Amino acid sequence: MKQTISVLVENQAGVLNRITGLFSRRAFNIDSLAVGVTDDPTISRITIIVDNGNNMVEQVEKQLNKLVEVIKVRTLEENSLIGRELMILKVSANNKTRQDIMTICSIYGAKVADISPTSMTLELSDTPDRLDTFQTMMRPFSILEVVRTGVIAVQKGGGKI
Amino acid sequence: MKIRATQAIMECLLEQEVDTVFGYPGGTILNLYDELYGYEGKIRHVLTAHEQGAAHAADGYARSTGKVGVCFATSGPGATNLTTGIATAHLDSSPVVFITCNVGENLLGRDAFQEVDSTGIAMPITKAAFLVRSAQQIPDVMRQAFAVAASGRPGPVLIDFLKNVTNADQMVDYEFIPWQENRRSNSIQKLNDTLRPQKPEIDPDDISRLLDMIAKAKRPLLICGGGVVRGRAHQEFREFAEKLDSPVAITVMGGGGFPGGHPLTTGMVGMHGSKASNVAVNECDLLIAVGCRFSDRVALQPATFAAQARIVQIDIDRAEIGKNVATDHHIIGSARRVLAMLNEQLPQYSHREWKEYILPMRAPATAGDSEHLTPQQVLDVIRARMPEDAIVATDVGQHQMWSIKYLHFNYPGQLLTSGGFGTMGFGLGAAIGAQTGNPDKRVLHITGDGCFRMNCHELCTVQHYGLPIVSIVFNNGTLGMVRQWQNLIYKKRFSQTTLDFGPDFVKLAEAYGLRGRRVRTREEMEQALTEALSSGTGTVIDCILDIDEMVSPMVAAGSPITDFLLSEGGSV
Repeated sequence: MKQTISVLVENQAGVLNRITGLFSRRAFNIDSLAVGVTDDPTISRITIIVDNGNNMVEQVEKQLNKLVEVIKVRTLEENSLIGRELMILKVSANNKTRQDIMTICSIYGAKVADISPTSMTLELSDTPDRLDTFQTMMRPFSILEVVRTGVIAVQKGGGKI
Repeated sequence: MKIRATQAIMECLLEQEVDTVFGYPGGTILNLYDELYGYEGKIRHVLTAHEQGAAHAADGYARSTGKVGVCFATSGPGATNLTTGIATAHLDSSPVVFITCNVGENLLGRDAFQEVDSTGIAMPITKAAFLVRSAQQIPDVMRQAFAVAASGRPGPVLIDFLKNVTNADQMVDYEFIPWQENRRSNSIQKLNDTLRPQKPEIDPDDISRLLDMIAKAKRPLLICGGGVVRGRAHQEFREFAEKLDSPVAITVMGGGGFPGGHPLTTGMVGMHGSKASNVAVNECDLLIAVGCRFSDRVALQPATFAAQARIVQIDIDRAEIGKNVATDHHIIGSARRVLAMLNEQLPQYSHREWKEYILPMRAPATAGDSEHLTPQQVLDVIRARMPEDAIVATDVGQHQMWSIKYLHFNYPGQLLTSGGFGTMGFGLGAAIGAQTGNPDKRVLHITGDGCFRMNCHELCTVQHYGLPIVSIVFNNGTLGMVRQWQNLIYKKRFSQTTLDFGPDFVKLAEAYGLRGRRVRTREEMEQALTEALSSGTGTVIDCILDIDEMVSPMVAAGSPITDFLLSEGGSV
């Protein structure tokens, strides 16, 4: 089961290293990780997605709590979070295929960021599942490159961590 | 008040009531060492032979005095030489602040001479590692570092100052704040918030739930772990054990947390635990572990560990709960406070039947009358001759296990041993730190020939500072513990463990200007130790032992705790 851990940390050099170190020490693979500064420039938020095969997430959460630079840690519940990921996808395109690609784009709400005689660069922000299916739909046109940011997430409703 | 950056560092040390630092100078830390001149009489610097020795000394100082140890070293190799010492302190939760300097800002990241990413290296082996790039940060960082090292579950902290930060032209706003108050200052307050998971209020419901569990228990067992020692909770623990009237097993790190000769103790538990301790773990119906993390040397096989018991963990560190062994109940808090709360409500119990079953399994510690010196005889002599409050620092291996089994430790900080990291070479440095911090006590350093070779250069520190440390070398001409495994598990294939070559430890001691004695019999040992203790100078006693002496009992790693590979007395 995928688990989303949201961590508020002091915005300092080396903090990210310390946090990822806690995962790597336990040979625990991070599915995705996104960092960005919050409204308060001294604080960053890290969103980490891990595949929770065992109870290690709980252990890592406790260890994260012990770090001096960590302000807060929260594991977000699957059904109570808003999670989004940005994908930029470059696909082969020519006069014959361009229209088909556009149709799929409009279904998914993807934008065309760039276009050339032989390719199209598409941009889509959505849940990871939707990005996966969009990617599947693009595969027949021959994908040239895919970049994904990793998920960022917040809790639904008025609460905050 | 504006003062120089280096002054600010010293003033912050004084704020924390630091009067002793251990260390070794070098290029980037010159400014700090130069400043030491101005603090003569206030801050005493102990110069070791090697940075690793300084790190162990600061650690030994911290463990034996209960204060925060301080250690200085330069950049690059100075900092990397500290790492074994930092990790040793980390695994055994010993509060030490390591202060290193790095190259200047203009050279940072350019692979300059003696440059290394010290904070990066220290990251997984410290509670926190600070890189200080501006002089204005000094007071805050210093105060934070000491607060982090000493609070919650203690541990090492590294502060790495860039050299330019310590330059003479760097001025800092500084105002004296007593350490008790600066823990309440803004930055520390924020810190306390982040540390809160480790220092919560103890929940009274948790206490009453444990009291209920105790009331139902017929066969309780207490485990005294390192947390009792670090938290100086020995009195509360003893009261608790006596009221509960329960056998007490002691981990390696718990040595000194409960009197070794107490009628309730079953001795060491785990891989080399006594039969009494290990059988008690197996058959108890309630196991209360205080400040014990169920390491793989205690809970050798977590699935079968105390399988008949409900397991209760009392620990200051929430991350330890259920980490290695699944528990039925836990209380988060310092051992001292939790036990004091329990003692208030705990009635006097009697578990006579259970005690009468378990306690007689303690093996009588007999030394025998073999003509050749045996480890038991050496320890018998030490036990008889050493002052009752003498501090014992050990290295790692057979001599360590024998010492902990045969000697009785009665107060926290009396036994200094590298239990978690198992650092060979820890003992002499730790003994130097302990003797520096406890000038009125005798300090014995018990070591093996393998361990002693690793850091015996610190004998020059012993000599230079006139420390009356007695190093007792269990010299069996082999890496005894490794050989024991080779004997029992590797079909007597003694790969690279025989040490039948150099140096002559007696001559070595003399070369360092210390006394050296070689002993082959119990009588010689008695005489040598008596002389050493009365001479008041550092002495090395080289005890010649048989190569195939083994530590018994022994349970193989990963096995159920009562599957003895070797039983008490050594029969396989």
